[in-house]
Amino acid sequence: MKNEMEIIFDAVSDNESFARVAVAAFITHLNPTVEEMADIRTAVSEAVTNSIIHGYGNLQGCETAGRDCPPEQKDIHPGKVRVGCTLENGILHIEVTDTGTGIEDVEKAMEPLYTTRPDLERSGMGFAFMEAFMDDLEVESVPGKGTKVRMVKKIGIGEWIV
Amino acid sequence: MEQIKAGDFRVIDNCLMIRLPEEIDHHGAGLICENADKYLVREEVQNVIFDFEKTRFMDSSGIGIIMGRYRKISCFGGRVYAIHLDRQIERIFQLSGLNKIVEVLES
Repeated sequence: MKNEMEIIFDAVSDNESFARVAVAAFITHLNPTVEEMADIRTAVSEAVTNSIIHGYGNLQGCETAGRDCPPEQKDIHPGKVRVGCTLENGILHIEVTDTGTGIEDVEKAMEPLYTTRPDLERSGMGFAFMEAFMDDLEVESVPGKGTKVRMVKKIGIGEWIV
Repeated sequence: MEQIKAGDFRVIDNCLMIRLPEEIDHHGAGLICENADKYLVREEVQNVIFDFEKTRFMDSSGIGIIMGRYRKISCFGGRVYAIHLDRQIERIFQLSGLNKIVEVLES
């Protein structure tokens, strides 16, 4: 049996928790282990955060926008992030898509600790985490057009491992 | 139950104790960093303790918060400690190598 869902939302940091909670809720009926659930929430959070801050350059949430911040950060890019999930035979496929700036060198971007924005005090571990917490990760990006991140994870293998 | 949104800060001797919120992501990280740095400058503390007792979710933004504070205090001989880590946060610490620069205290 196949089951699909899709959400599209504004690229603001306020929606990061919404995205990971929505995906978590979508898979609850499969009885994932606590660990599988945590892995998926972390991976979704990383992908969506990447789209928001790197794809669209939205560093401020809509609540915090307009606070003391450099003028170039005051405008919020109106772009949207799309999260699509497909469940088939206990395998979860997640697709996180944005139509932002895209990534020039995907291989470089995926190196642990590499970041294009050292000023943001982020760790550069986003893709490394997605890779570690999911079974498969693919990144497609066209500079100027946007980025698509595909992740796959088998749910419910905890039962026969433990 | 009390809600911590941007972290709860307390100075004990020469330590800054930061109780982290339930969820740590990019959305809340900026404010935690900002507040932590205010205390670091104002109170001239040497060490920082991150308390994860309330925390149920953390992504790589949390690593950024800890590494950033580590950089600020380690050049003056300060140390960073972490307490009350659950299994998932412990995994994130190991995966990122954070457990090599942060002393994880058994609770």
